[in-house]
Amino acid sequence: MTSGHSVVGRPLPRVDAMEQVTGRLRYADDLTLPGTLVGRQLRSTQAHALITRIDTSRAENLPGVKAVITGADLPISYGILPVSQDENALALHRVRHIGDPVAAVAAIDAETAEKALDLIDVLYQPLEPVVTIEEALGEDRPLIHGEGTGKNVHRVAALEFGDVDAGMAEADHIREDVYFFRGNTHAALETHSAMADYDADHRLRLWSSTQVPHYLHRALEKVLEMPAGRIRVIATPSGGGFGGKTDPFSHEIVAAKLSMLTGRPVKITLSREEVFYAHRGRHPVLMWVKTGFLRDGRITAMHFKTFLDGGAYGSYGVASLYYTGALQTSTYRIPNYRFEGVRVFTNKPACGPKRGHGTPQPRFALESQMDKAAEDLGLDPVEIRLRNLVQPFSMTVNHLRITSCGLSECMAKVREASNFSESHGRLPFGRGVGFAVGAYMSGAGLPIYWNDMPQSEVQIKVDRGGGVSVYSMAADVGQGSTSMLATVVAECLGLEPADLAMVTADTDLTPVDLGSYSSRVTFMAGNAALQAGTKIRNRVMQAVADKLEVDPADLVAKAGRIVVRGDPDSGMAWAEAVRTAIASVGPLIESGSYRAPDLAGPYKGAGVGISPAYSYSACVALVSCDGETGQVDVERVWLAHDIGKAINPLLVEGQIEGGVYMGLGEALFEEHSFRGALHRGPSLLDYKIPTALEMPPVETYLIESIDPEGPFGAKEVGQGPLLPVIPAIANAVYDALGVRIDEVPITPDKIVAALRDKSRGGSGRFGPETVPEYQFPPVVRVEPPAGFVAP
Amino acid sequence: MTVTLPAFEYLTPESIADAARLLANPQQRVAIVGGGTDLTPKMKRRQSTPALLVSLASIPGLSGIRIEGDNCIIGASTLLADLAASPLVPSVVAAAAAEIASPQIRNTATVGGNLCLDTRCNYIDMSENWREASGHCMKDGGEVCWVAPRGDRCWAVSSSDLAPLAIALEGAVRLVSVRGERVIAAADLYQNDGIAFQAKSADEILLELILPIRQVRATYHKLRRRGSIDFPILGVAAAARFDHEGICRDARLVLGAVASAPLRAIEAEQSLIGNRFTDEVIEEAARLAAQLVRPQDNADLGSRYRKWMAPVYITRALHDLEVENE
Amino acid sequence: MTQRVLEFRVNEETHRVLTSDHTTLLDLLRVDLGLTGTKHGCDLGECGSCTVLLDGRPVLSCLLLAPQVDGRVVTTIEGLAENGRPHPLQTAFAELGAAQCGYCTPGMIVTSKALLDATPQPTTHQIQVALAGNLCRCTGYSKILDAVHLAASRSGS
Repeated sequence: MTSGHSVVGRPLPRVDAMEQVTGRLRYADDLTLPGTLVGRQLRSTQAHALITRIDTSRAENLPGVKAVITGADLPISYGILPVSQDENALALHRVRHIGDPVAAVAAIDAETAEKALDLIDVLYQPLEPVVTIEEALGEDRPLIHGEGTGKNVHRVAALEFGDVDAGMAEADHIREDVYFFRGNTHAALETHSAMADYDADHRLRLWSSTQVPHYLHRALEKVLEMPAGRIRVIATPSGGGFGGKTDPFSHEIVAAKLSMLTGRPVKITLSREEVFYAHRGRHPVLMWVKTGFLRDGRITAMHFKTFLDGGAYGSYGVASLYYTGALQTSTYRIPNYRFEGVRVFTNKPACGPKRGHGTPQPRFALESQMDKAAEDLGLDPVEIRLRNLVQPFSMTVNHLRITSCGLSECMAKVREASNFSESHGRLPFGRGVGFAVGAYMSGAGLPIYWNDMPQSEVQIKVDRGGGVSVYSMAADVGQGSTSMLATVVAECLGLEPADLAMVTADTDLTPVDLGSYSSRVTFMAGNAALQAGTKIRNRVMQAVADKLEVDPADLVAKAGRIVVRGDPDSGMAWAEAVRTAIASVGPLIESGSYRAPDLAGPYKGAGVGISPAYSYSACVALVSCDGETGQVDVERVWLAHDIGKAINPLLVEGQIEGGVYMGLGEALFEEHSFRGALHRGPSLLDYKIPTALEMPPVETYLIESIDPEGPFGAKEVGQGPLLPVIPAIANAVYDALGVRIDEVPITPDKIVAALRDKSRGGSGRFGPETVPEYQFPPVVRVEPPAGFVAP
Repeated sequence: MTVTLPAFEYLTPESIADAARLLANPQQRVAIVGGGTDLTPKMKRRQSTPALLVSLASIPGLSGIRIEGDNCIIGASTLLADLAASPLVPSVVAAAAAEIASPQIRNTATVGGNLCLDTRCNYIDMSENWREASGHCMKDGGEVCWVAPRGDRCWAVSSSDLAPLAIALEGAVRLVSVRGERVIAAADLYQNDGIAFQAKSADEILLELILPIRQVRATYHKLRRRGSIDFPILGVAAAARFDHEGICRDARLVLGAVASAPLRAIEAEQSLIGNRFTDEVIEEAARLAAQLVRPQDNADLGSRYRKWMAPVYITRALHDLEVENE
Repeated sequence: MTQRVLEFRVNEETHRVLTSDHTTLLDLLRVDLGLTGTKHGCDLGECGSCTVLLDGRPVLSCLLLAPQVDGRVVTTIEGLAENGRPHPLQTAFAELGAAQCGYCTPGMIVTSKALLDATPQPTTHQIQVALAGNLCRCTGYSKILDAVHLAASRSGS
């Protein structure tokens, strides 16, 4: 089905575009019900402390205050992963970071609510805070989760595939490098917001700017001890997610509880500062990478160690940890691979998933090291990558199943378009080009909680007037998932996407989709929609065929009609076809579903990194750098992305441009920075998001490898294109100035420090020298999969 | 909505005399408001909780730019956007104004507000909760300056772009209060203390900036991370007059955003006077001026880098002033 | 708490609102007038989401106090359509995918309107400078710049 599509492949506007541009689209904080109360949370001013006393009586007595709650009112813990149920909506006895919610109020207006917070008396008994990875790995600090002192290790991973020692022994050249990727955050422009309404019949509705209504539904069921059937979660149009609205959050649970106590709607909208505390952003990751190469550039073995600063809670951290080791093999055929990683708890806001979840950090390290190795071996940076390139339809040493792979086409495209190989190493001092690649999953192979059910379900109902309603819990967070679903169904039925009524992200109305995370929606919900749409089409076709006495195989759905192929005037209009079908076979209601094939390898941790398909990207960045000030101006970025099939090229391009933008911000500007346990600047003034002036033109190229399992061949685009951008810029800075900044973000101060070092005869490298001495447990040895072929 | 303001009364006197009278009451916590773009966030963060805001917006004649004799007079209520677009002001001033904050801020913020901009510090320009977590600093009613805990002063940073330029251009400001009116040199408006950063007393209103119109070459270079929104973390204003042989006859070099007041680099100025702006002369002046720069770690990018950048930016600014091919 | 009756024009309608002095224009619009098209992203003047036009100029409604808009003319995203037809900028933003999550979009569009009113055929750099106070987290600005160009070209023809 590569040609002959009527709407798939067309650059159509989003189905809700006019609502957006007219300001009519209603986000969570735009909603108000009669009698809505304002909720506010009191947040800890201590990094690590026991709560010895909390007195809310003065707040309760303030006129206009309708309810005040503390941890005691919500004692059941929760967390996004079943293995990390370590959060409470309001602190129970202990606070773990500055900004941890401690108490909450509902009041008639914001001023009263804020006054009430001032009247809550909390007595803290401070504990020594744990701030750095090194402190967390020591023995003498208090445990953040648990009693006494000791190592604040959340989770450790130690895996070996093949024989790394043997591989290293074969190598002609071995590199050991240390990298540090400092943390950063999503900074979606919409702050988190939720409104709860508990009605007199004991049913709860919660509107929230969430990426995961289904997981939020489950968390509310648990914490509120209410049957799921009485809880309705509605994900509102989201003003940006990027992974930052993928956990169940305190304010969502608290709004629900306050509404239950007051019998009135309660809305809580986080301030910008509170969003920095809610966080769940990119983990700071310290990395040590040792790789063996043959003289011709082929990799013989790789040993990758990661140290993740997780912040105060588990969140997605177990997955994040494994992700820092999982996808190195998705782009390069690494014959022997050892991964050791540890995630620690610290007294800072919890880290979690941000666009690329756990993979941009090792990708930065890996792609930087590939360039260094290329230089060592006298190879072109593209050439060394080509010699190690993963092959389509192959298995990796760590049991990832690779299907379609357009990486070599992506590389060729950007190499040629940017003149990379002619420019690299040949531009005048101060200008440089950098190359890098990346790969990402089209949906995590496994759901977050173990179950045998589909990962996505879509339902379609057709009205007698021909109106088609599509029901899916997929939450559009700006990436355009609703438009994608409309396009897939419209293609099946010969309609236009804008003709369809899209009902999404509502746990009462829509069948389950696990949520907008892990780049899963196009692949999974898209396949479910394709299945449901095909069923509807087949039923309508059969009825029409019966009536016209033709073979249904000779019918096509096109331009709002069901016609005999090659005869556009034949057949009947869609609405008539629908009535014909309903009359002959009954209601036109169908569903489709998708569950990824069982892909997990034979080891613990194998669930992370597997995916039914991988997208691929290659990137070239052209920079000009000021050799005195260290300021970097990205002049242009070329990015080719293997999308499988672009269901909507306009939206795909938008995701690529957005990924380049976010990658550029991470590479050069953004850092979730702390002074001790205190955030250095929880604001959009201090947290430097690039403006329109910092953004270069982006040349995008779509490579369509047509994945055999993707809907119409499609794969993901939401996250993958970000990955190569950061190392491409790092490599370009090196090409421009001859200094290696092995620490992200690459800020001007680091560049000048490196230049000064170089001018004094130093290496011109900026970055940490070592990683902590930490005794990982013995590795679990895993045999490479059958059919694994070393390069 | 998410961040509320503390309650206050907002008055819009329609004459300078009325405004001065409102400010004369020492009992009340009063703030003068121009555009309010700096004050409103400070009130939202409860750094400042005035009971009374006295707006200058309704006073006729305070907004606008005019030439009077050898002076360009810029009213305190003139919007930064209008300053940036004005053909009457020295082009260096217009260009600097066009780079302050963001376009929207420039459509609200005023010249008077920028000249009187409160000193900034990343220990104080934070929410009340944050400051409680950090411990209230000296400028915030506490005992200690967290930037230099062993010192006895506040190190908040002068972050105005117009102040160093006004000083370099030998500007003056007209101040008025119920006690009378005075004109002081722009250089005398500032004091190098993060709390008592202004020589203007609290009841005085800055009415206008007076810039002499002279044949000077002038420039302004600033360092900040992004091309918009951000405050300067280093500013270099330089002005010089040359004779027909290209010899510098007068020079002003003023550094912004590295101390609690704009710093005049007098020794460097002296080194320039009587010389052509050769590379060696510029290098020496930059070296002398940069010695004054002791930025603290309380603004973006850290003190070491800003210290390093001072000679680079000074050198670039002075090269701008070079007279070509005499 | 000082209250006043404020009279101002919003989207060509005159509004009289009883409000306290310490109310921001953003709250006036969103809470008092129910014009929720104007968004808030930071509440401190650092992101541009709350941009509206005050007497035709882009300003940040989160920083403006109610008394500052007394007697003045405000235009929000809801006021851009003319005779029920969307503004060319709105159409161009929609067509080119210049809105992803859409949250910065109202601010982007009203800022762009002020630009095109003053500079009908801006260069790309002029658009970047004009929009440099409006942060967008989704698009990388590329399609926003394209959309402003498209709207300008349509208005010019």
